[in-house]
Amino acid sequence: MSRRLWDFHGGVHPAQNKKQSSETSIRAAGLPDYLVVPVQQHIGTPAHPIVGVGDRVLKGQVLAQASGFVSVPCHAPTSGTVTAIEPRPIQHPSQMDALCVVIEPDGAEQWVEREGLGDYTRLDKPTVLQCIRDAGIAGMGGAGFPSVVKLGVKPDQKIKTLVLNAVECEPYITADDRLMRERAADIVTGLQIVAWLVEPEEILIGIEDNKPLAIEAMRQATADTAMEVVVVPTKYPSGGEKQLIQMLTGKEVRSGGIPADVGVICHNTGTAYAIKRAVLDGEPLISRITTITGDCVPEKGNYEVALGTPVGWLLQQAGVKPTDLHRLIVGGPMMGFAVHNMAVPVVKTTNCLLVPTAREFPDPAPEQPCIRCGSCAQVCPAQLLPQQLYWFAKARELDKAMHYNLADCIECGACSYVCPSNIPLVQYYRFAKGEIRNQQQEQQKADHARQRFEARQARLAKEEAEKERKRQERAKAAAAKQAKKAPAASAAPAAGEAGNPSDSATELNKLQTAAAATMKRYKDAQKALAQAEKSGSGNLEALQQKVAQLQAKADAAKTAFQAARAEGAAPEAQPPSAPAEDPLAALKAASAEDFAAYKAAEKAYEAARDQGADDAETLRLRMEELKQRSEASKTAMKEARAKQREAIQRQNAAADPLKAAQIEVAKHQVLLKKASKALQAAKDSDAGAIDHLQAKVEEAEHQLQAAENTLKQLQQEHA
Amino acid sequence: MEFITDNLTALLALTAIALGFGALLGFAAVKFRVEGNPIVEQIDALLPQTQCGQCGHPGCRPYAEGIAEGEEINKCVPGGEDTIRALADLLGRDFVPLDEEHGQTPETKMVAYIREAECIGCTKCLQACPVDAILGAAKQMHTVIEDECTGCDLCVEPCPVDCIDMLPVEETLQTWHWQPPKGIGSRPGELIPVRNIA
Repeated sequence: MSRRLWDFHGGVHPAQNKKQSSETSIRAAGLPDYLVVPVQQHIGTPAHPIVGVGDRVLKGQVLAQASGFVSVPCHAPTSGTVTAIEPRPIQHPSQMDALCVVIEPDGAEQWVEREGLGDYTRLDKPTVLQCIRDAGIAGMGGAGFPSVVKLGVKPDQKIKTLVLNAVECEPYITADDRLMRERAADIVTGLQIVAWLVEPEEILIGIEDNKPLAIEAMRQATADTAMEVVVVPTKYPSGGEKQLIQMLTGKEVRSGGIPADVGVICHNTGTAYAIKRAVLDGEPLISRITTITGDCVPEKGNYEVALGTPVGWLLQQAGVKPTDLHRLIVGGPMMGFAVHNMAVPVVKTTNCLLVPTAREFPDPAPEQPCIRCGSCAQVCPAQLLPQQLYWFAKARELDKAMHYNLADCIECGACSYVCPSNIPLVQYYRFAKGEIRNQQQEQQKADHARQRFEARQARLAKEEAEKERKRQERAKAAAAKQAKKAPAASAAPAAGEAGNPSDSATELNKLQTAAAATMKRYKDAQKALAQAEKSGSGNLEALQQKVAQLQAKADAAKTAFQAARAEGAAPEAQPPSAPAEDPLAALKAASAEDFAAYKAAEKAYEAARDQGADDAETLRLRMEELKQRSEASKTAMKEARAKQREAIQRQNAAADPLKAAQIEVAKHQVLLKKASKALQAAKDSDAGAIDHLQAKVEEAEHQLQAAENTLKQLQQEHA
Repeated sequence: MEFITDNLTALLALTAIALGFGALLGFAAVKFRVEGNPIVEQIDALLPQTQCGQCGHPGCRPYAEGIAEGEEINKCVPGGEDTIRALADLLGRDFVPLDEEHGQTPETKMVAYIREAECIGCTKCLQACPVDAILGAAKQMHTVIEDECTGCDLCVEPCPVDCIDMLPVEETLQTWHWQPPKGIGSRPGELIPVRNIA
C-alpha cells in the first residue's frame, strides 16, 4: 500500500545522532529529595495553587487549578509534604523565577483515589474532554499547548484527517521512538480516544523512515484498525505541525490559521499516550519520557521522569559528573535553549536534556555580515524570506517584518543552520516577535488610557455644567426676590457672567498641567544638579543656570495658575450664597498648607540629622520658622471660626430672642462651672490667687443670674 | 451657426453628464459629510496616551489637535523618537529630534506608588490624575491602580507630604522577550551547530 506523499518547501538534513540514546529501553529515573512543580508548564494562563505549605498531598492530587480556558491544572507527581510555594528558577530562556510548589516526597507513592472512565464510548464527549482537561494534559511535543483546546471541535467544523505526529525530526531526541517501540498498544488506544472525540474520516500516523523498529511496532499495533502508518522521508523539520500536514495531505494551512481550518487535527505521540493514561487509568499527567543524551552522559537513554525533578539530580542519575558539564541544552539542538541553573525542574514539555562535550558542540563562530547568498530562503519550511526578515528585525522595522509574515516563522532554526555567516537568525526573529507583541500590548493599554481620559473629561464637563446650571438658578431666584422687593427697580442682571464656563475650566486645567509639568522639570534639573555636584562634573554652572531659569519658569506658571484660579473663583463668590464662608475656607486651606510645609521641613530635617549633613542646622531653623507660621495660621483660622460662630449666633439672636437668651444662660453656666473648678483646684494646691478666683466665681454667678432673669422675662412675654 | 447645430448632440450630452455628476457630488458632500477633522483622530492614535501634559497641553488629544493645526511634532516626551517618527510618516513632515525643552524620554516605563502609611488623604493627587487611576476619598488612604497608571508623574507634585514615588515597571515572565543578538563580530549566544563527529 503506497500512499501519495507531498513535499514541503526547504528543510535541512542535520546529522541525526539518535543511535546514542535509542538503543536502551526506558528506565525509571527514581525520586529525588524534593520536587519543584511550576504552576505554569503550558502555554496560556498559569494555574492557581490550591494547596498550602505544610499540607500532605497524595500522588496525583491537584496542586494548582486551571484558571481560564487556555489553562490546565498541575498535579503532585508523588505523595509527600508541600514544603514551599514560592518563585523558583524554571526552564525559561529568560532565567527568571516563577511560582512553584515544592514537595518533599515521603517515598510511599500513595495515590489519590483514581478511577478511569472505563468504556468511554457510552459517555458523552464533554465528560471525556473534562477528564482530559482535569488530567492536565498539554502538548508534549515541545510547545505545551493545552490539548483539550485542540480536541474541542466546533460544531461547524468537520475534521477529515486525524494525524498522529510521531515524526520526531529533531536530532538527538528519541523519546517518542522509544515510547512507540515499547508502548505502541497504549499509544494506539489513546489515539482511538482522540478519534472517537473528533470523528475523522481517516487516521494517519506519520513516522520518519529513520525509525524502522518503531514503524514495525506501530504497524503491528494498528494491524486490525482503520489507522494507517505513513512513513515519511527524513528531513528536518518534517515534524512541524504544518509541514507534516502538508506532507501527508497536500493541504497548506494558511498564514495565521490553525490546522482545523483545513480539516486536520494533529497530536503528538506522547500526548496520545497521556490521554490513554488519563481516560482509561484515571492517572493525571505527572511523569514523562525524557531523552538524556550528549557525549558527557555515560548512561545515555530515555528516562521516565516525575515532573518537577530537578535537572541536576537527573543528570547525576545518568552518571554525568558536574565537573564535565560544558553546557546544558533543554530541547533539541535546533530549537532548544541553554539552561545555566541545575535546580530547574523537568516539566511537561521537556523532551530532551542534551549535555554535549566542548568537542561535540564547540562554541559558535562569531557572527559575520550577511552576504545575501539566499541559502536561508532555500531552506525555510514556511517559505518566508529569512534575510529580509533579518534586515527588518535588525533595523527594528517591525511593521515591515510583520508585512513579510514574521508571525508564520516556526523558529525551526533551519536558516541559522545553513547560514555561512553564522548569523543567529532565529534569535533576531524571536526578538522581533517579542517586540511586536509588546507594542501591541502597549497600543491596547494606550487605547484603554484614552478611553479613561475621555470618560474623565466628560465627567468633569458634566459636573461643571451642573454647577453652572445651579448657579444660574440661584442668580435667577435672587433676581426674582429683588424684583419682588422693589418692583419699581429694574430687574437685576440675571446672569452675572454668562461666558462659557467650560472654556474657562479647560483654560484653568491647562494652566494647572503646565504648572505641574514645569515644576517637575525644575525638580528634575535640581536633581541633576545635585548629582553633578556629588560627582564633581564640569558643567555645574550651566546646570545651575538652567535650574534658576526653570525655577523662575515654574514660579511664573504657578502664579499664572493661581491668578487664573482666583479669577475663576471670584465671580463664584459673588452670588449671595454664603458670604462669610469664603475667607474661612481660604484660611483653612492656608493653614493646611502651612502645616504640610512644616511637616515636610521636619522630615527633611530629620533625614539630614540622621545622615549628619552639615545643613541640618539651617533646616532646623527653617522648620522652626515654618512651625511658627503654621501655628499662626492655625490661630488665625481658629479666630476666624470663632468670629463666624458669634456672627451666626447674633444672627440667630435677631431671629429668635428666646433661643438666644437660652444660649446665653447655658454659656454662663459653663463659665461658672469653669470658674468654680479653677477655684477648687487653686484651693487644693494652696495657690495664692484664691481671692481673685473667688471674685471671678461670684461675678459669673451674678451674670448667670442676670441671664436667667432675662430668659424668664422673655418666656413670660412669649406666653 | 453651422458649428453649433452640428455639435448640438455632443454639447447637450456633455452638459447633461456634467450636471448629473455635479448633482451626485453635491449629494455625496451632504450625505457623507465628515464631522470634525479625521487627521486629529489619526494623530491621537499614535500618541502614547500618557496624558502627562509635558508637551504643554492638558492631555494627548489637545496636543493632537495642536499638531493638526501646525504645531511641532517633537514635544511628546514619553513617546520619544518612535512617536516622532510615526508622526513624521503620517503627516509627511521631516523627522526632528525630541525637544529637550520638554524633558527627556525615560528609559523604562514608570508607575506611581503611594507610600500608604504616609498618605494624609488630601485627595490632591486624585484630582491631578488624568485617567482616574487613583482610588481614595477625603481623609482616607489613597492607592494607585497599577494597571491603569500611565506613569505621567502629574500626581507627584501636588502631594503635600511627598508620599508618591515613581517606580520602574518590573519585567515578568509574561512581558519578557528575547533580546537581539549583539551583532556582527560577537558570538551567537544560544544557537547550536549540529555536526557529525566520528
